[in-house]
Amino acid sequence: MKQELRYALRRTLPVFCGYVFLGVAFGVLLSQAGYGWPWALLISVIVYAGSMQFALVGLITGGAGVLATALMTLAVNGRHLFYGVTFLERFRAMGKACPYMVFSLTDETYSLLCSEQTPPGLDPDRTLLLISALDQLYWVAGSVLGGVLGASLPFDATGIDFAMTALFLVIFTEQWLAARRHRPALIGLAAGLVCLLVLGQDRFIIPAMLLAAALLIPGGRNDKEEARHES
Amino acid sequence: MKAELHTLLLILVCAGVTIALRALPFLALGRGGQPPALVRRLGERLPPAVMAILVVYCLRGTSFAALSGWVPALAAGAATVALHLWRRNTLLSIAGGTLLYMLLIRCL
Repeated sequence: MKQELRYALRRTLPVFCGYVFLGVAFGVLLSQAGYGWPWALLISVIVYAGSMQFALVGLITGGAGVLATALMTLAVNGRHLFYGVTFLERFRAMGKACPYMVFSLTDETYSLLCSEQTPPGLDPDRTLLLISALDQLYWVAGSVLGGVLGASLPFDATGIDFAMTALFLVIFTEQWLAARRHRPALIGLAAGLVCLLVLGQDRFIIPAMLLAAALLIPGGRNDKEEARHES
Repeated sequence: MKAELHTLLLILVCAGVTIALRALPFLALGRGGQPPALVRRLGERLPPAVMAILVVYCLRGTSFAALSGWVPALAAGAATVALHLWRRNTLLSIAGGTLLYMLLIRCL
């Protein structure tokens, strides 16, 4: 167990840095919206979805309804639907740990687990579970710390919410670099801008997502199908 | 109290939808199962489009009436992408972009 823990701590170090920073930003933002650290703790334990938690602060302060929140969560976290497909058999083989592995599959944990090759001598199941659990621990600790600091911050944190924009930009850049075709990204950008200009900033996001999905379903082959076709 | 109950409700909805999304493949697909073609197609094409829309969403309040309305966000956004292309280090890109933004909104 000790060996696995040491290995998992080393593996999760990049996520530690990112999650503590973003977690603090989230906690500060939430506390400045009038919700202290117990709220940050609750949200980070049961929602545990980085980008969506930032969007949730906006929904809470904007007085959004249940339907808008559900749709927004579907839109922002919809990509998580596809993460599980990668680990169907792997997680099922983990028995009792399976539900937690499924629950805790965030962007960052997904990317760590995708590239995970547990060294011989370590228990692979235990290692995977430790990686997932440590990641959530960092996130929860960061957001609680932010919630505590937010109430008595020694400096003015205005603008820290840009961390969310930066996070999306980084994921976008990663996806851009990984993709063979950039049509989906460009269609998303165009749909977002057109809907923003036509519908205004309060109600453009869901229509933009639906428009992009409608434009993306027909036509062409997938990257993977294309790679198979070419080979 | 009523406002806090409403907030709690929104948190539970958000948590429920997120858990459902993460669990659906495990509930819907049997052993050795493959998702339908439409799901695979959307799974590959939708994420980049969604990220682009979310970036637009974050920058929706940008105003071109004054320099301070658009320079900080666009400069910090460009810096985030440039840092990321340079080092591919998520923390560096996010922290660098955010700090530049916080600096610019105070100077402009």
